Amino acid sequence: MAKRILTLIVDPIKCDAYGHCAEIAPEIIALDPWGYPIIRGQVAGAAKAHAEMAVRQCPRQALSIKASNVDVDRPVGSTRR
Amino acid sequence: MNGYRLLEGVNPTSSLSLGEHIEVHGPLNLPGKRGNQAWADAMLHELEISGLTGRGGGRFPTATKVAYVASQRRKGRMVVNLMEGEPASQKDSVLAAFAPHLILDGAQVLAALIGADRIVICIADDNDRIAQLMERAIADRRGLDERPMEIERPHGRYVASEETALAHFFDEGASLPRFRPSRPSPVIAKGRVLLVDNAETCANVGLIARHGGQWWSSGDATHSPESTLVTISGAVDAPGVFEVALGTSLGDIVALARPRGGIAGILLGGYGGTWVSPSALDSPYSPSGMAAHGGNLGAGIVVVLGADVCPIAETARIARWMANESAGQCGPCLFGLPRMAGQIEALATGRHSANADRSLLDLTDILEGRGACAHPDGVIRMVRSALHVFADDVATHQHQKTCGRVGAKTYLTLPPQEELF
Repeated sequence: MAKRILTLIVDPIKCDAYGHCAEIAPEIIALDPWGYPIIRGQVAGAAKAHAEMAVRQCPRQALSIKASNVDVDRPVGSTRR
Repeated sequence: MNGYRLLEGVNPTSSLSLGEHIEVHGPLNLPGKRGNQAWADAMLHELEISGLTGRGGGRFPTATKVAYVASQRRKGRMVVNLMEGEPASQKDSVLAAFAPHLILDGAQVLAALIGADRIVICIADDNDRIAQLMERAIADRRGLDERPMEIERPHGRYVASEETALAHFFDEGASLPRFRPSRPSPVIAKGRVLLVDNAETCANVGLIARHGGQWWSSGDATHSPESTLVTISGAVDAPGVFEVALGTSLGDIVALARPRGGIAGILLGGYGGTWVSPSALDSPYSPSGMAAHGGNLGAGIVVVLGADVCPIAETARIARWMANESAGQCGPCLFGLPRMAGQIEALATGRHSANADRSLLDLTDILEGRGACAHPDGVIRMVRSALHVFADDVATHQHQKTCGRVGAKTYLTLPPQEELF
């Protein structure tokens, strides 16, 4: 079954670990040990307004929101065993 | 019947000349520089039924990639990837040295399929011998009604052969990968959409264009089914490049290079590939056969690890080398890979804390999918497979700190590195 979802995307080349995004949208952005953002989950519900603000306020303009259709029956792949 | 298709009829000491090449493989029918839609439709169909996948490591269906580039409104350009960025690989150089015209045939076919204005052959700047041989092969074809071909020489560095890094090199001379927010997305340089295919992929297209997709996948009375080039190194007496039929057992393939002594594991695909256990030697060397052991064929690299060295220390050497090969553009790769390498080094040398394997796995989870290119994900894959395949060695290191085999001896090819970025 296909479902339309919004995802927050980081351009890792532009990102310089300012970390503002994680303060603005803590629901879906965590920081790694070096201060670079890790995106968890989709842009939905209350997090949507925060995600949009994070996109606007990123000093490096490294964030964007992408719409896509995903097959919800198929799990996302991982090489971890 | 032997496995030779790509290397059929080659001379032991020199390249096949254009005349010899046509004698071995027969003439190639190209539609000429103006193109021909009926020819293109038929050729794309043959590519599709062949099932050919990319031999640079990605193993993505070639027909799908060609159709995608051909569907773009922007004009196309063909790029032959002869960079051979994997230190343990020599197969593209060997193919170029013995059968250069088969590569160029395939490049011409692919260029015609996407309506390319010309063909650019990328050869690393530390591979002069192959550049000279290819230059001569191109000169031999000057009289033919073909698209123009030229050689470019990007810096010979691991990430330089990534297709967006090639595009970046064409535009600005910098061999740095670019970020692609979604896939598929066109790779563009100099206003052209690029079709980047590995040299062995191109050579296979040269065969498909002559004999069809059915022949290519099944073979005939004198030719094996689909073949692939492998580079075997490590604990073997006769390392080198071999053309093997897909589905031959991994053990029979390794036997070609005459392994010496016990085997602790086999690294498949490349330095961003996967370790498999010796139990994989009984399985067919094919995508499904190796997938059953958690491995994939990647760029055809087979590194045999002798049982007389510490697999954790060898994994640490690769992880450190790969960390140094980071382009340094993305934080998770720039900072994460050195930390990962440091943790494996600590595990190898007994300087680790308790649960070092656990924290290594957690680190791979933090870093996965966070680079602009696949470089960090490759290292993650390699490290995870090591922790799985060498679980007994990991346990020994956890409990006894070290294993007695951690020393200077290595079975890996690790070229010296320089600071570039």
